[in-house]
Amino acid sequence: MDAGRKSEPMGNRTTVVKRSEREVVVTRSFDAPARLVFEAWSKPELFKRWWVPKSMGMTLHSIEMDVRTGGKYRLGFGDGMDFFGRYIEVTPFSKIVWTNEESGENGSVTTVTFEERGGKTLLVMSELYPSKEALDAAGTGAQDALHETFTQLDELLARA
Amino acid sequence: MVQYTQSHFDASFAALSDVTRRGVLEQLARADASITDLAGKFNMTLTGMKKHVGVLEQAGLVTTEKVGRVRTCKLGVCRLEEEAAWIERYRQLWAARFSALDAVLEELKRKEKSDGRRKKK
Repeated sequence: MDAGRKSEPMGNRTTVVKRSEREVVVTRSFDAPARLVFEAWSKPELFKRWWVPKSMGMTLHSIEMDVRTGGKYRLGFGDGMDFFGRYIEVTPFSKIVWTNEESGENGSVTTVTFEERGGKTLLVMSELYPSKEALDAAGTGAQDALHETFTQLDELLARA
Repeated sequence: MVQYTQSHFDASFAALSDVTRRGVLEQLARADASITDLAGKFNMTLTGMKKHVGVLEQAGLVTTEKVGRVRTCKLGVCRLEEEAAWIERYRQLWAARFSALDAVLEELKRKEKSDGRRKKK
């Protein structure tokens, strides 16, 4: 269960809070200036290296990202499983807002802000769903698969 | 702990064995309701519905709160445990991603540093 926690540097813990019935907010600090964090979010060749970590047990087959206001993105995981949407707002080094349209009208809008403080960057990410039901349902997809993967990893480590 | 869990499960299953009580849970999943509302919806006497709600309350599936003369019923604490589990799964996904992002950022910083040195020469 602790697979994600162990590898996090001291003081850079990922926190998750439900701000309302339809909004989840994630915060995390990074030991890098905002422009580098922004770069890792906006350049496909960098983005694909962390968005789908090995522990997720999924492989990214294709990636298209046009990170500017009005631009589109599409992440293909094979077998027709695509995640796609539009960038509603992109402000270099400080903010990216995009839609998640693969779930149709239940899709969330994700807002990420990067705030630099003394060479470190505080990242705040909000996922706003159209309804409480849409948020609850979102917990049963990829995240459950990930949870399983972590359990498998724990078992593997326990045996080693 | 095992003992507690066992009796807790027994109470939950007993509570869920009745079709009206399952209906009440379904109803409360949609919206909180007073005992009077529930009695009306299920075509029962107030006393009958009070008994059903009492069983659900004992199993921890429903909580009730009396405001003035009205007792309002809502889904119980089990919901909170589900919610905590949901948040933890969500956190694990992002923690895994962000650990990988740390590695990418370290590399970018190193690259920037060595590029900087090269420019100075």
